[in-house]
Amino acid sequence: MKRYQNLILLALVALLVAVPLWMVKRPAPGPDGAEVEIFAGADDKAKDTITAIAPQYKPWFKPLMEPPSGEIGSLLFALQAALGAGFIGYWLGSSVTRARLRRNKSEA
Amino acid sequence: MHIMEGFLPVEHAIGWSVASAPVVAYGLYSINKKINKNPEQRMLLGVAAAFTFVLSALKMPSVTGSCSHPTGTGLGAILFGPSAVAPIGAVVLLFQALLLAHGGLTTLGANIFSMAIVGPFAAAAVFRLARAARFPFGVGVFLAASLGDLLTYVTTACQLAFAFPDPVGGFTASLAKFAGVFALTQIPLAISEGLLTVVVMNALLRFNREELGSLNIEGNGQEVQA
Repeated sequence: MKRYQNLILLALVALLVAVPLWMVKRPAPGPDGAEVEIFAGADDKAKDTITAIAPQYKPWFKPLMEPPSGEIGSLLFALQAALGAGFIGYWLGSSVTRARLRRNKSEA
Repeated sequence: MHIMEGFLPVEHAIGWSVASAPVVAYGLYSINKKINKNPEQRMLLGVAAAFTFVLSALKMPSVTGSCSHPTGTGLGAILFGPSAVAPIGAVVLLFQALLLAHGGLTTLGANIFSMAIVGPFAAAAVFRLARAARFPFGVGVFLAASLGDLLTYVTTACQLAFAFPDPVGGFTASLAKFAGVFALTQIPLAISEGLLTVVVMNALLRFNREELGSLNIEGNGQEVQA
């Protein structure tokens, strides 16, 4: 059990991600015929909620730079994840090697 | 949990920045002190920072039909103490605010407060409580990381409700609305974050036991047995 703990935990995470995709059904198009967007960002939903509560509120500052398209946005997000995952991968690889070398040394 | 650029009234934006700045500064000081004392921990700090980088870039679907992301701050809070996570979170948030228009400079203080201060402090407190209650190590890590994540989002909901009270129901009605957007979405993601933190912690325990021992996360080294 201990040996497979991490695999089981990762499978659970995958399940937690997959279940909503399968559970949440796209609602019928609204009266204007526009498709209802699902799985939009929670940040955007919060913005809509602000607009609903305080319709007169005007944002007083604009982002200095906005990704010119969704594709560029996902490029930057991928870059962020790759930097982090790359470092963790490097650390894991060097740790495994270090542990193996140490084991070989103690056996020899 | 990012409050969008310009979506906090000026005085709130300034207030949250003033509240966050000293914690970030103290965090930098405490990281420097720890690394000078134990240079071998640099790698672990890198792992904690990298973990936050990865997790806060993963926008995952939730049962509420919207997407949000974990924070990854629990791991660093358990390893290095909560204040050390504040500068790490600030870097991640700055990256996203400048390049991705995700969050913003005017809301940076508020976002740092929720993700890099409240979340990690909650995680560290939960971890201590769980250990004091003699919960197994892994369970403590899981509870700390997931509750820290969830409280980050509860904090964002409070910040927004505080800035935008409902004209009829006031703060409470507004909080219910924002919590519906953030906290509810976050429940399954908080569980994911807890599980992923346990995975990384298992790897740390397997390969970096000595460094973990010098971090003294248990109070005494011999207890570090998952």
